[in-house]
Amino acid sequence: MYSEKVIDHFQNPRNVGIIENPDGYGKIGNPSCGDIMEIYLRINGSHIIEDAKFRTFGCASAIATSSIATELIKGKDIHEALKVTNKVVIESLDGLPPKKVHCSIMAEEAIQAAILDYATKNSIKVNVETCHSHTCGGCCSK
Amino acid sequence: MKVVYLDNNATTAIAPEVFEAMTPYLTAQYANPSSQYSFAHSVREAVETSRESIATSLKIKSSELIFTGSGTESANLAIKGVAYAYRSRGNHIITSEIEHPCVLESCKALEKEGFEVTYLPVNKEGEISIEALKSAITDKTILISIMFANNEIGAIQPIKKIGDIAREHKILFHVDAVQSVGKMPVFPKELNVDLLGFAAHKFYGPKGIGGLYIRNGVRLEKYISGGHQERNRRPGTESAANVVGMAKALELCINTMVEEGEKERELRDYLETELTKRIPECFINAKNSNRIPGTSSITFKYVEGESILLSLDMYGICVSSGSACSAGDLAASHVILGIGVPIEEAQGTIRFGVGKYNTREDIDKVIEVMPKAIEKLRMMSPLYNVK
Ligand SMILES: Cc1ncc(COP(=O)(O)O)c(C=O)c1O
Repeated sequence: MYSEKVIDHFQNPRNVGIIENPDGYGKIGNPSCGDIMEIYLRINGSHIIEDAKFRTFGCASAIATSSIATELIKGKDIHEALKVTNKVVIESLDGLPPKKVHCSIMAEEAIQAAILDYATKNSIKVNVETCHSHTCGGCCSK
Repeated sequence: MKVVYLDNNATTAIAPEVFEAMTPYLTAQYANPSSQYSFAHSVREAVETSRESIATSLKIKSSELIFTGSGTESANLAIKGVAYAYRSRGNHIITSEIEHPCVLESCKALEKEGFEVTYLPVNKEGEISIEALKSAITDKTILISIMFANNEIGAIQPIKKIGDIAREHKILFHVDAVQSVGKMPVFPKELNVDLLGFAAHKFYGPKGIGGLYIRNGVRLEKYISGGHQERNRRPGTESAANVVGMAKALELCINTMVEEGEKERELRDYLETELTKRIPECFINAKNSNRIPGTSSITFKYVEGESILLSLDMYGICVSSGSACSAGDLAASHVILGIGVPIEEAQGTIRFGVGKYNTREDIDKVIEVMPKAIEKLRMMSPLYNVK
């Protein structure tokens, strides 16, 4: 049911952990809906994401989407990183089963939340529509 | 990689003896058992001998046993068949919150048609309360449907007590015994059970065949239209191979039930003792209930079931998780929630189903792999480090 990429990122997740005093931090979901995703960012003066880490409670695809999301945004400028949408996440994983698409949306939202946190703290204007789609069943906003 | 199959509550391997018994009816003896010519007689005879043999094992009359296509179909036929046939007497059904979906969904379908259903809660050991059952009964109650043993936690219900109450109130009593037949003695008549369903693939028989005991005198409205097979209750040509396979499988299980039960209990207890010793913050569900011997449900805090399942899958270990984890779905099992496990913990539940082909080496493999797998997932979990 999962692509080899998903299994690889689930088995060997990249960037697991936390960053002390992160420049940006985002958390999406809650335990009762089955997924929680946390993203920590280290961002330099030119708004480049130098490091990204994650912690996730959830199914294999939740772990895989968090892992690939941190890989995709590392080294990118925050405005570029915001272009890592759930579609990009899915494509980078060679697809997700329909029931698991919400995991990619959570990953997108976690990235947005972490960047927004940084942007707010540093009074930077960014283009973010938070939790725009709610195909996660509305669960992520509970 | 060697497969370590520990999901015997989902289905079982077909026993070689069963396969052998079935073969003639998948090959040379292909006639329709209902046909009139001599070529078909041996096939009819095989079906009826098998019916006789299963009936004897259950201490029922062979006229009280029909064959269906699955455990699911047996439950549907029993519940809907009784509901429709006894509608003029009443519209109330009593069941429990932790039934298999084939029972719960049959009840929900009937609710849409004007029936009223009481879903009895269970305690933390997965047992219904007899007092609650008694007070749920009304003069409109026509059916009580309670499972024998639960498929996720293994808890066995007080069937005899329920049967006595049902009989006393002249209410029909259906039992989903899919997880019990073949694993423990099941004698519906001694328990005052009126209808009882089971499925061969849970006890080393073929898939695609179930049985339903219907006590003589119980009316049932069939909902599949067709010919007059199975005493006019389940139309469709019988699969002689499957029928013969089910009978053979049950015969084998009955002959070795006590030793098998002991062996499975020993392996299960070994698994539980070692896992709870090696993995902090996990607990066994319905541990103190009277459980079927091979079933173990363990909840691991701070991690999610599917990711545990897939971690074990990497080592060829097959288990099941009650959790669904999909958008909009409640991610936790209704059974685990039903016994009072909080939702955020319920999602980290794994079910092991030990069966007759499992060995101590199988369990050793789980004991070796699982502590590392859980630790790895916990290190990723924001819930774990928060503590
Ligand atoms: C308790 C119980 N009832 C009913 C069923 C359904 O049986 P089947 O899969 O043969 O339809 C199962 C099997 O999953 C079960 O465990």
